[in-house]
Amino acid sequence: MGAVTGYFRHTKTAMPFFPKESRDIWSIEAKIEFNPQKSPILVSLNLPDSTLGYKIFSEQSVSAGYGFSTVQKDGTRRGEWSIREASGKQVLYYKIQMAKTNSKIEQESFVPQASEDRVIWSELEEVIAKDLHNQAFLKSSNNETFTKELIKILTSYLEKSESSILFEKREYIDVLSKILSDAKIPFRTSLALELKDARRNQSLVPVLEVHDGKKWQIYDPKKSTLSEDKEYFLWSRGGKSLIDLTGGDGAHVSFSMVKQTLPALNLTKTQLEDSGFNFFSVHRLPIEEQSFFKILLLLPVGALVTVFMRLIIGLRTSGTFMPILLSMAFLQTSFVLGAVNFIILVAIGLLIRGYLSSLNLLLISRIATIIIIVIFLVGFMAIIGYEFGFNEGMSVAFFPIIILSWTIERMSILWEEDGPKEVFIQGFGSLLVAVIAYLVMKNSLIAHLCFNFPEINLIFLALIVLMGRYTGYRLLELRRFREFKI
Amino acid sequence: MSFYIGLGRLKKEGILGMNRRNIDFISKYNKRSLFPLVDNKLQTKLLAQKHSINTPKLLGLIKYQHQIKDFKKKSLELNSFVIKPARGSGGKGILVISEQRDGKFIKSSKDEISFEEISRHLTNILAGLYSLNGDQDEAIVEELILIDPLFENYSYQGVPDIRIIVFKGYPVMAMLRLSTKDSDGKANLHQGAVGVGIGIRDGVAINAVKDGKRVNFHPDTKASFEDIAIPNWRELLMIASSCYEMTNLGYIGVDLVLDKNRGAMLLELNARPGLAIQIANSKGLLHQLKRVENIELKESSVEKRVDFIINAS
Repeated sequence: MGAVTGYFRHTKTAMPFFPKESRDIWSIEAKIEFNPQKSPILVSLNLPDSTLGYKIFSEQSVSAGYGFSTVQKDGTRRGEWSIREASGKQVLYYKIQMAKTNSKIEQESFVPQASEDRVIWSELEEVIAKDLHNQAFLKSSNNETFTKELIKILTSYLEKSESSILFEKREYIDVLSKILSDAKIPFRTSLALELKDARRNQSLVPVLEVHDGKKWQIYDPKKSTLSEDKEYFLWSRGGKSLIDLTGGDGAHVSFSMVKQTLPALNLTKTQLEDSGFNFFSVHRLPIEEQSFFKILLLLPVGALVTVFMRLIIGLRTSGTFMPILLSMAFLQTSFVLGAVNFIILVAIGLLIRGYLSSLNLLLISRIATIIIIVIFLVGFMAIIGYEFGFNEGMSVAFFPIIILSWTIERMSILWEEDGPKEVFIQGFGSLLVAVIAYLVMKNSLIAHLCFNFPEINLIFLALIVLMGRYTGYRLLELRRFREFKI
Repeated sequence: MSFYIGLGRLKKEGILGMNRRNIDFISKYNKRSLFPLVDNKLQTKLLAQKHSINTPKLLGLIKYQHQIKDFKKKSLELNSFVIKPARGSGGKGILVISEQRDGKFIKSSKDEISFEEISRHLTNILAGLYSLNGDQDEAIVEELILIDPLFENYSYQGVPDIRIIVFKGYPVMAMLRLSTKDSDGKANLHQGAVGVGIGIRDGVAINAVKDGKRVNFHPDTKASFEDIAIPNWRELLMIASSCYEMTNLGYIGVDLVLDKNRGAMLLELNARPGLAIQIANSKGLLHQLKRVENIELKESSVEKRVDFIINAS
C-alpha cells in the first residue's frame, strides 16, 4: 500500500523519486514576534531581493487580521503589516521560496560610492586608527587584501590592550566601518542568513560586503577569510534596520528554513493544485514544523535498522531503542564528535555512579542524581567543546538526558553483575547500530524519500512486522552454536 | 576451531534459535498473564507448597524498609541463610550467608561482612535494583541449601542446580549447572559457569561446556565430568513435569537443586529459558519439541508423561 500511494503521489504531483532530478529549493520563513501596545500597530520588515546566486520565486505573508503591503523605501523593499488594534502576543509570518541559480553575475548596476561617516573619532582614537590603517595598507595591494589585513589586525587587537581605547566606547563593527570609510573603500554592512537544512530559530548574522571594483565580496567581519564554505543568503543590505515597530515592543525575528529538492515549476504547480495528495502533504505545514517533521519522518528508518540488527543479526544493545535516539543525536551534530561525546559521557557517568553506589541510595533518587550529574556533564562538555572551537561541542545537548542516565545506571549494574565484558559488548552494540542507523538516515536519497513520501514508512512498517515474524536463525547464532560442528 | 557453523548444519541438528523460541514457543505456549507466577519467586514458592512440591524453607520476607531492622534481630538466631530478590532474574542479587562468627556474617566466598552491608543489599533489593523492570521488589530469606556430597568436587562455592526444559508437561532436555571461580559462585552459564548436558532418559552426563566451548573437567576442582550420574533421576523428572499443571505454562525451564538432607527441591521457574542448554547437550531442542508437539493424545498424568520420555527410543 505504501508503495502504491507513493507511486500515485509520484505520478499525480510529479514529485521526483530521486533528489538529483531537481534543484535545491530553500524555503525560508521569518517569524516576527512582539507584544502590542494599545495603539495602531505598524510593523516594517526589511525584505530580501534576489541576490547573487539566489532567485526568489514566491513570497507570502501569513498574518491573521493584518493588512500587508510591500513598499520601496530608500532602495530597499520593506514589508509592512498594519492593524488598528491587537492584544496578546502577536506572531507574523513571512515566507519566501528561492532557488539557487547558476548565474554569479551581480545584478545591481549602481556604482557604489565610499560610504558616509557615521562615527566621529576623538583625537587619540584618530591616531590609533591611522596607525592601524597604515599597517593594513602597507601589507595590501587592493581593496580586497586591505580588508582582509584590516580584519586580521583588528581581531588580534581586540584581544590586546593597546587598542582598547578604540573599543571602549564603540562596537567592533563601527570601528571597522569607520576605518574602511576613512580609507575610501566602498563597503556596506549587511545581515545574512546562513543556509543550513532543517534549522529552526536561527537569527541573522552581520556580514561585511566590500566592492572590489566589479562586484560585492562577502566577508565575515570577525574572520579575514571569505566565507565561501558556508552558504549565505543576504537578507538585508546596507545597514538598514531589519525591523521597525510602532505600537508595540519586544520585537523579535527568527528564521526557519528547510531545503527541498523539487523542480521549481512543479513546486508552484503542486501548491496551487488541490488534489487529495496535497492535503496530506507535509509541505502544507509551516516551515518550522516541516523541519521538525523532516527529522521525525526519519525515525522509522532508524527503527527498521534497529529491528534488523537485533533480530536478524543478533546484536545486543543496551536499551531497546537507545540506538535510534543516539543516531538522531548524531544527525543533529557531526558523527565523530557525537560518538566521542557519547563514550566520554557514559565513561564519566559510570565512574560517578560507582561512587554513588557506596552512598546506599534508593533507586529513584540514584537515577535522579545521575540525571543531574549528566546535565552538568553535558553543560561542561558543551563549554569545553566551545572553548576548543568546535561549535558542535554543543551537540551533547541533543542527547536524550533521561535515556542516557538510565543507560549509565543499567550499564553500571551490568558491570557489577556480569563484568565489564558485557558492558562493552552492549555499549558497542548500541553504538554500532546507532552508526549504521545514522549512515542510513544521512543518505540523501532516503531522507528525500521519507520526507516527500511519508507513505514509504508504511513499507518500513510492513518490513518490521515481517521481521517480527522471522523464526529463522540470527546471524550471530551461527557463531554461538559453532561447537556443534565437531 | 572454526568461528561459525553453517546454516544447513544448524537446521539439520535442530537447533532452536532465539527468534524461533520467542515466537513459536514462548509467545505461543506461555500466556502472558501467567508470567508473574514464575517471575516472582515468592509466588512460585507458595504455589509449589500448594502442590506439595519441595522448596527451600522460607525464613522471612521483607517487604518494607522498616522491616530490615526487625530482620537484624532475627538474623542473629539464624546461623546461615540466603537472601534473594523475589523478582530477580539470572541469579542477580542473591546473597548467601553460610555462617556467623563474632557478630560478622561470612559469605559463601568466605568474605566477612557486617549487618550494614546486608542492610544495604536489602535496600537495593526493595528499590528494585535487581528486578526485571526496576520495579519495587521484595526480599525473600530462605534456608541455605547444603550441597549434596555427590557434587562437592564439581562446584566452586555455589550449589549446582539442574535445569530441565519442560514442554507441555514433557521434560525434553536437562543440564547440570556448576559454578566456577569465573562465575563468582553463580550457576549462570553466560557468567562463566559450566553447563553439563544430562541425558533426559537416564540422568547421565553427556558433554560439558564453559563459555561456549567444550570442556572435560571442572576448571577449578579439575574433577572430570564423565562419571556424573544424577541419583533418583525419575523423581526429578516428576517434579519438573508437575510444574506444568502447577503453572499452566507450556514452555518453561525448571531449576531444581539437590539438598544433602532434604533431597530434590524446586528452586525457581523460568518462562524464558535460555538456549545454551543445547550446546551443553550437543543437541538441538527442535526435534524433541516437534515430537512432543505432534503427540496427538497428551497424557494427563505426570507419571505417564515421564515414562513416555524415559521409554522413548
